[in-house]
This record gives sequence, structure tokens and C-alpha cells, in this order.
Amino acid sequence: MEAALQLVVDKVRHILETVQDAALFAARAFRATFRPPFYAHETLEQIHFAGIGSLFIVVISSAVAGQALAIQLARELSNTGTKTELGHFMVISVVRALGPVLVGMVVASRMSAGITAEIGAMRSSDQLDALVAFGTDPVKRLVVPRIIALLIALPCLTIVGDALAVIGGGFVGLAYKLPIESYYHGVEKYLTPSNMMVGMIKPFFFAVMIALIACWKGFTSEGGAKGVGVSTTQSVVLSSVGILVSDGILTKFVFRLLNW
Amino acid sequence: MIVFRNVDYWIGENHILKDVSFSVPKGQTKVILGPSGSGKSTILRLLIGLVKPDSGAIFVDGEDITQVDEDRMQLIRRRMGMVFQQGALFDSMTVGENVGYSLLEHADHTEEQVEEAVRSYLRLVGLDDFLIDRMPDQLSGGMQRRVAIARALAAQDPDLILYDEPTTGLDPQSAERIIDLVLRLRDEHGKTAVLVTHDISDALEVANRITVLDQGSVVFEGAPAELVASRNPFIREFLAPFRKAMAVALRKLDTAPGGEHAPPTPPMGGNAL
Repeated sequence: MEAALQLVVDKVRHILETVQDAALFAARAFRATFRPPFYAHETLEQIHFAGIGSLFIVVISSAVAGQALAIQLARELSNTGTKTELGHFMVISVVRALGPVLVGMVVASRMSAGITAEIGAMRSSDQLDALVAFGTDPVKRLVVPRIIALLIALPCLTIVGDALAVIGGGFVGLAYKLPIESYYHGVEKYLTPSNMMVGMIKPFFFAVMIALIACWKGFTSEGGAKGVGVSTTQSVVLSSVGILVSDGILTKFVFRLLNW
Repeated sequence: MIVFRNVDYWIGENHILKDVSFSVPKGQTKVILGPSGSGKSTILRLLIGLVKPDSGAIFVDGEDITQVDEDRMQLIRRRMGMVFQQGALFDSMTVGENVGYSLLEHADHTEEQVEEAVRSYLRLVGLDDFLIDRMPDQLSGGMQRRVAIARALAAQDPDLILYDEPTTGLDPQSAERIIDLVLRLRDEHGKTAVLVTHDISDALEVANRITVLDQGSVVFEGAPAELVASRNPFIREFLAPFRKAMAVALRKLDTAPGGEHAPPTPPMGGNAL
């Protein structure tokens, strides 16, 4: 009994220490963001890697997921004789909820793995220590550009993803004999600043979360190639679960903000 | 001038360094010798400020680096150059970008000036400057180590160079080139150095003074000749494989054709009967 209790205490202590470690890392990154030097070249490279590099998979996944959602909705709405509401439901589902989460998950799986593997490999080959030894703050050089890059790239990718999913819904509507004007009218009516705000706050939050988790797991990876592999897996899992959990919390938060 | 005074360092429950004290006068090379896991590399990590000791003081040119903040430590680090165990070259950068890293990062130089400096540092370490556009993984281990030394030197021409096992894993010729370079930097350029190794022949060749560590404690401090003559049981045991290898090598050389004690060669075409 005592051993089991000790095990629980140790586990809780480990979790608290991990949370503290992550929080300190985030605070360090936040401080470093506003202090020179600023690595413009590194930041542009990361914007290209995160934005242009993720564009193709975002386009494919958003178009496919948008059409799949539209097919489900169109079928149900046709059965109830309210298929003119397809544009309305697509905007609410995609712009408020599905779009940011889908694009966030796609970008998280790609970027988390890439960032953690790269920084983890640098750590295991002493390159992070070498940066410090040569007078460079590795958080400033490696973490801040990735946070900024994702802060710029993820909202843009979310807009692209939302647009493609909603446009895809229009084509599905055509297949269900819903005139494009009717679909467009529904989209226009519900694409309000409030609805867009619910969806567009999320990518900024997701961007910071993905970058911080991925960099933190890279910085703390241990045990050579195997350790980098483990950290990379943890990074992808944490980012993805973090997006799903925080999506609910953020939605609730924005709803309260808008007095809905 | 480097001074370690009663330094203790722990990692969790492990007492890595126990009351370690030594000093390195300007222009001299101190070798930290010891078996694997004795805490040698930790000394370099403490010196460069990657970790802080739990107690004791470390002075670099009279300033206790255990008491300075990170901003000050960054400035102190710029007077040091470090050669990591496996080179630790930035693998996303070319050789030229690696060597010129500190010049581009911390000094106000044009790209042409940096390129010229990089070429001269590459030549100084005995590398052809056409390697400037190669990536680190296109170089041999010995070349990577020499690029790492060039990078350490280019870090605003440091007074102090820290070498972490600079010859480990290299073939004898590459290792000899690195050792020659370490000697040249001390003798011709007056660099102070702390070199960590478990290779006794390297230690005897480059050291002005040697400190031997065993399980985090200093068990010997003295000149190379004193190390060889030491009657300390740990030192004798530590040197035994080296002595044996030397004895075997000398015996093989002596008994080789043309050696001092080689058996007489039978006359060609002679009749043994």
C-alpha cells in the first residue's frame, strides 16, 4: 500500500516537474522574443518551411474533408427539405470548428516532427552546446523564429483551408441540385466577423503551442537517436492532443467573450 | 589564467566532481587526463558556463564565472573557443558558415571580410580553402575536427581554447595532425588551452601540466615527467596499458628486419650445409 502511494506521489511529482519545466521554457522563449538580436533570415526560412512546405497537404486535406462534410450535411438536409441551409451549416462547421482544428492537426503533425527531430539531433550531437559556447542563445536562434513563423503561417493556411472546404461544399451542393447562388447566399449570410473570430483566434494559439511543444521536446530529448525518436513521437502526440483539448476550451472562451 | 578552486558538482545523486582544484597559467596547456566517466568533460562544461558548480569557484582572468549572470557569461565566452568531442559542427551550414559563425554573429564584418578570414583559418589548420562550400558530412572525421578547431579560433581569436577529446576516434595520422596543431597554437600563437583526453600519449606530448581525475577527484597534478615517474598505484595502473603498448612496439621495432636486435639475415644464395 505504502509502495503504491509512493509510486503515485512520484508520478505526480514527475508530472508537476515536467509542467514546471515546460512553463519555464515557454517563459524563456517569450522573453527572448522581444530582445535583440532578431534572426530575420532564420525566421523567413521557417516561414517558408511552415507555410509553403505545408500548403500542399493543407490543400488536399481541407478539400477532401470539406467535401466529405458537405456530403454528410447535404444528404441529411435534403432528407429534411432544408438543403438551402447547406452554406449556413458549412460556414459554421468549417470556419468555426473543423477548419482550424484540421489545419492545426495537419501542420502540427508535419512541423512538430520536423522541429523536434532537428533540434533533438542538434542536442545529441552537442550543436546546442556549441551555439551557447559561441555566444548564441539557442532559444533565441531556434525557438523564436519557429514561433513567429508558425504565428504567420498557420492563420494563413487556416484561411486557405477554410476557403477550400467551403468552396468544395458548393460543388457538393451542385451535385444535390442546390443552386450555387443559394449556397453562396448562405455562406455570405453566416460568414460574419463573430464567426470568423471564433475560428481565427484558434490558429494563433495553436501556432504558439505547436512551436513550443516541438522545440521543448527537442531541447529536452536524451539518449541519442532512440531518444530523438521518442521525443518526436511525444511531440506529435502532445501537439495533436493539445489542439483537440484547447479547441474546446478556446471555443468556450470565445463564446463567453462574445456573450453567446 | 584559469583557476578551479574546490569545485563540487552533482548530477542528481551522483557526485561528478569532488573538491577539484587546479590552475592554468597563461600560454600553457593543461591536460585533464582520466578514464571514461571520471568527470573530465564536465570540467570543460563548467568552464564554458554550460553548467554551474554546486560549490567552489572558477576564475577566468580573475573573474569568478560562477557568480556572473548569463549576459556577462556570453561576453566571457567570446574570449574562449571550444572544440567539442565530435566536432559539433552545425550540420545545416557549410564549412565556411561554420568557421565564420562567430564573425557573422557577433562582429560587424562584411561577407568578403568573413570569407577571407575563414580561408585563412582553414589554411592555418592545414585544410584547403576550397572546402569552404562543402557540408560537414562531406568531410572525414579528422577534417571535421580541424574545421571545429578553425571555428574555435575564428571566434574572435580567443585567448583560451578548450579541447574535448580532440583525437578520439581518429586514425593515427589525423590524430597527429591535430596534436601538432594544438602544439603550434600554444607555441606560435601563445594560446592557453585546457585539453581533456584519456589518451596518455597525447597528454604527454602536449601538456605543460597534467591533472589526473579518478571518479571526480584529483589524484595527480604535475608535469608529464612527474606523471611517468609517479608511484601512485592508480597512476601506475592507469599508465600500465600505455607502458605495455610502448614496450611491445619497441620490441617489434627492434626485432623487425633492420632493427637493433634483428637476427642476422642469411647470406643470399649461400649453402647452409
